[in-house]
Amino acid sequence: MAAHSRLHDPHAAEVAHQFEDPEQQREADSLGMWTFLVTEIMFFGALFAAYVIYRSLYPAAFETGSHLLEVKFGATNTAVLICSSLTMVLAIYCAQTGKSKSAIITFLVLTMLLGAAFIGIKLHFEWFHDYSEGLVPGINFNLAKYGSGVELFMVFYFFMTGLHALHMVIGLGILTVLVVMTARGRFSPRYYAPLDISGLYWHFVDIIWIFLFPLLYLIGGRYTHGGH
Amino acid sequence: MSTAVVEPQHVPSGSQVNYLNATYGIKSWLLTTDHKRIALLYLASITLMFFVGGTAAVLMRLHLIEPQGALVQPETYNKLFSIHGIVMVFFFLVPSIPATLGNFLVPLMIGARDLAFPRINLLSWYIYITGALLVLYAILTGGVDTGWTFYTPYSSTYSHTHVIAAALGVFITGFSSILTGLNFIVTIHKMRAPGMTWFRMPLFLWAMYATSVIFILGTPVIAITIFLLGLERILHVGIFDPAIGGDPLLFQHLFWFYSHPAVYIMILPGMGVISELVTCFSKKRIFGYSFVAFSSMAIAVISFVVWGHHMFVTGQSIYTGLVFSVLSFLVAIPSAVKVFNWTATLYKGSISYDAPMLYALGFIGLFTMGGLTGLFLASLATDVHLNGTYFIVAHFHYIMVGGAVMAYLGGIHFWWPKITGRLYPDLWARIAAVIIFFGFNLTFFPQFMLGYLGMPRRYAVYPAEFQVLNVMSSAGASILGIGYLIPLIYLIWSMRYGPIAGPNPWGAKGLEWQTPSPPPTENFEEIPVVTEEPYNYPGTEVPVRG
Repeated sequence: MAAHSRLHDPHAAEVAHQFEDPEQQREADSLGMWTFLVTEIMFFGALFAAYVIYRSLYPAAFETGSHLLEVKFGATNTAVLICSSLTMVLAIYCAQTGKSKSAIITFLVLTMLLGAAFIGIKLHFEWFHDYSEGLVPGINFNLAKYGSGVELFMVFYFFMTGLHALHMVIGLGILTVLVVMTARGRFSPRYYAPLDISGLYWHFVDIIWIFLFPLLYLIGGRYTHGGH
Repeated sequence: MSTAVVEPQHVPSGSQVNYLNATYGIKSWLLTTDHKRIALLYLASITLMFFVGGTAAVLMRLHLIEPQGALVQPETYNKLFSIHGIVMVFFFLVPSIPATLGNFLVPLMIGARDLAFPRINLLSWYIYITGALLVLYAILTGGVDTGWTFYTPYSSTYSHTHVIAAALGVFITGFSSILTGLNFIVTIHKMRAPGMTWFRMPLFLWAMYATSVIFILGTPVIAITIFLLGLERILHVGIFDPAIGGDPLLFQHLFWFYSHPAVYIMILPGMGVISELVTCFSKKRIFGYSFVAFSSMAIAVISFVVWGHHMFVTGQSIYTGLVFSVLSFLVAIPSAVKVFNWTATLYKGSISYDAPMLYALGFIGLFTMGGLTGLFLASLATDVHLNGTYFIVAHFHYIMVGGAVMAYLGGIHFWWPKITGRLYPDLWARIAAVIIFFGFNLTFFPQFMLGYLGMPRRYAVYPAEFQVLNVMSSAGASILGIGYLIPLIYLIWSMRYGPIAGPNPWGAKGLEWQTPSPPPTENFEEIPVVTEEPYNYPGTEVPVRG
């Protein structure tokens, strides 16, 4: 009987009652996260589709809107996020290879700092700036100055980057939990599934940004001087 | 279906510890992570929503007894059909079989102790309840009048009703579907008992799997669409409203990208139930197991590429229409495969007409009618005439009520002894099934004629020459309403006074019948080992393969 065999398993505490063994649990957790990421792709996918349709309907307005964004902040944030993916992987690697708790925590905290830096740059240098320029639809958008096509671009810009930032904030929450779990010695080379699947989530949020950055910041031949 | 290592235990239930009496108190229910208890939480909630939506329908039918309207103001009528649609689609039909029978049966049928993520399962119920409360709030504070489709720009600009609350409710409830689908997919992939190969799974599980795929791929799209609608309504930016630069057709594309597959979310689980009922009550193996299994997957896949048939007359290009028309016809193939295979399963079976079987037979006939009339609507030319008429209303009620609700009730009657450990009064159950069948046909068959003659849907008044058919439909609706109340009464009665069922009152195959009724909290004393093909009823066995 399964309950009986668990008595002799030193890692029984980590196996939830519905699973037979740690391997089954690990596979289920991993597949669960992948399935969740599929729903996320459909979630953002619908937005991307709507964005692409309006970009083709209003190409000029969307280019104008895109040029109101600061590429240097978008590019900085891209670099910040890619670095945070690296530190995330290093945290998982440390758990996998049985490095010390403090090594795992260091990399997790670094990941959190980079994530926070992303949100800070987004908020302080971009969104607040956009607000002062009268670019926030529904709040202070200057319709007379920019026109309704640019407004539509800014709707998508704020919705897409806002939804992405919300995912970042959720990611920071997850990382906080992971830090606590690591400090309590919950992870070992045999069991680090929460780190693993949280890593999947973190990378996914990064990849969304990798698509958002060119889609929002780099359209309209910004660097082909006078090309249009 | 399969032989377990454990023999069914012939201990009378009630004297043993099971999932119902293991713990007591309201907290043990509201904080439970047992898939069987969560199934019952869902059962209670969706039954409540069913009667909310049903009440709106009864009021509509009463109103339509007279050509000028007998009961309410036109504005109220608009709210009634909107409430009926929103509640029935998003809060009854979509979760109906997956969240109740699916939740209860998926782990039992594959020989697992629970779903892969029990806490997420409980979370999905709380999300559902939050969405349902928002919609009930919208109803109680004045209603919503956009129809269940929330078409823009009416919903985003012109309606003065509680669109935001209702839309938010739909948005939130979507996440409960996503979590249920995610749980089922992982559970079916990773938690099957030893020997339970994919092709030994009961067909109900194939249907649940196909439904889950639609849940996770379709629901996020409706969520984001509803969100954009809310943004437009709150911020007054032109996402969908053409007056301020938006594109209303985009809303319809995104809406139907989910809502057409959602039709299969509602009917696929029903098809899964029917496969179980038809085999059990004709005591035969299913005819063409793999065809039935793969037709579920085919329906799930094709369902994502037919949405444009809802938009033949909206101004999408005629060539787009042509392609969507052809693709829509394709859905008929896997659907017909199922109907033919159920019928072939009946052939030379030892058929017994217990209440669940009556629902199953009703389903096969009504679903066939609903499906065939769907072909009229998939044809471009006939759709131009029939679009927006009662023909559409009749068509989808034959699928949704004649199909999905009949299958749901059939499934509830079939697994009730397993869920509660008690039998219900058989004669009453058969009488109710027959009343529902006749009430249903009297309600909706006249609507085919009304639609063909040109009566538009969603109108509070109609020309006098349509009165006879409308009165027939309303009379049928009252019979149908009574038909639905009878099971509510005797099923609740049976929970206390029904005779003890025993582990397997129907002599059915399947792992769920090899554990006591009601099952223990852990489902099985010992995880069973499966050695047989499914539906291996005595006399029709095939030798063990591989």
